[in-house]
Amino acid sequence: MTSFATGMRRVGAGTLRAISRVGFAARFFIAVLLHTPAALRRIQLTAREIYFAGVLSLVVIMVSGLFVGMVLGLQGYDVLVKYGAGDSLGIFVGLSLVRELGPVVAGLLFASRAGSAITAEIGLMKTTEQLSAMEMMAVDPLARIVAPRFWGGVISMPLLAALFSAMGVFGAYIVGVRLIGVDDGTFWGNMQASIDFWPDVTNGIVKSIVFGMAVSLIAVFEGYDAHPTAEGVSAATTRTVVGGSLAILALDFVLTVFMFRGLGHT
Amino acid sequence: MKRTTIDLWVGIFVTIGFAAIVFLALKVGNLASLETRPSYRLDAEFDNIGGLKLRAPVKAAGVIVGRVEAIRLDPKNYEAVVTLRMDKEYQFSKDTIASILTSGLLGEVYIGLDAGGDPTMLADGGRIGKTQSAIVLEKLIGQFLFDKAASAPASAPGAPK
Repeated sequence: MTSFATGMRRVGAGTLRAISRVGFAARFFIAVLLHTPAALRRIQLTAREIYFAGVLSLVVIMVSGLFVGMVLGLQGYDVLVKYGAGDSLGIFVGLSLVRELGPVVAGLLFASRAGSAITAEIGLMKTTEQLSAMEMMAVDPLARIVAPRFWGGVISMPLLAALFSAMGVFGAYIVGVRLIGVDDGTFWGNMQASIDFWPDVTNGIVKSIVFGMAVSLIAVFEGYDAHPTAEGVSAATTRTVVGGSLAILALDFVLTVFMFRGLGHT
Repeated sequence: MKRTTIDLWVGIFVTIGFAAIVFLALKVGNLASLETRPSYRLDAEFDNIGGLKLRAPVKAAGVIVGRVEAIRLDPKNYEAVVTLRMDKEYQFSKDTIASILTSGLLGEVYIGLDAGGDPTMLADGGRIGKTQSAIVLEKLIGQFLFDKAASAPASAPGAPK
């Protein structure tokens, strides 16, 4: 009986801890937003973070995009040609990349490539008491460390997603047109006929901005909230990747419901 | 790493990122096409639009000259009113016939325009008077079967009596 009570107590304590963490995260998010002007005033700091989050993710994003596009080209053609719709390959590849795969896969890669790095960096700063030292020197770590990293991620993410989609379309073009032999004009023409800048491409961009905000917030928050030990930082990094990825997938579903519900055409 | 090097790389990154967005907009999407070109609107009433969808192409002699912009039901005579957004470059005469067609058996539904000979042209907001509704395959098959059933007993050889 006592073990049951202990179990219940543990569940309750865990729930309370999780809820108060959500509250802290929300407070932290507002604090980051309030410190945004300070981060933008020293744009160099943000540019540096765009370098670390965006530029260094370029290679992995572009190569993955190319391969995802090539696989989509092969698999899509294989299925479409059974229904005599091989000409629709461009539509299939373009829509799936622009609407879903570009933002989502780029977001997942971004969470593991850049998000984990941000968490580890801030967590280690906390562990080695650099954040406390900054506060001692009357430098607000939120303005100096957290906000630039957050905005660096938010700015990088849509650009990376767009690059991913563009490379994917290029990869599908290589496989579909160059290797399989779908007609060049049909490929691009059908794609352009069924993909609109508004709402398809813009919705993809909105998605990637939302994912960028979610992953960046989770990354800086987990770093800032990490236990100041070696295990604490490693656990926080893991939580960033897992939580960031799950957040992307869940948000993707919610956004898709809002964006594409009742969209008559396509 | 030096500040100027970082700036250079961030600049390159932002540039190719925006280039990718422009590529998606122009080459993958169709931002550069009809939307931005000068256009005018035409209305056409149909008894039945079948599977016509928004943004379906409007074709004359197979060339896309416009898109379906709006579809609604006229509450008075229960006819479908389709608003077409036409490319300004192409003008059509008053007696043009609009028909709802399907490319192939399973292909997309589009509106075909057959130009007439009237010298006066349709203006912005004009109405295409002559229209031909979509052929609904189920109705056609139903009619065919009904006809067959109606004529069968009389002509069937070996029928009793």
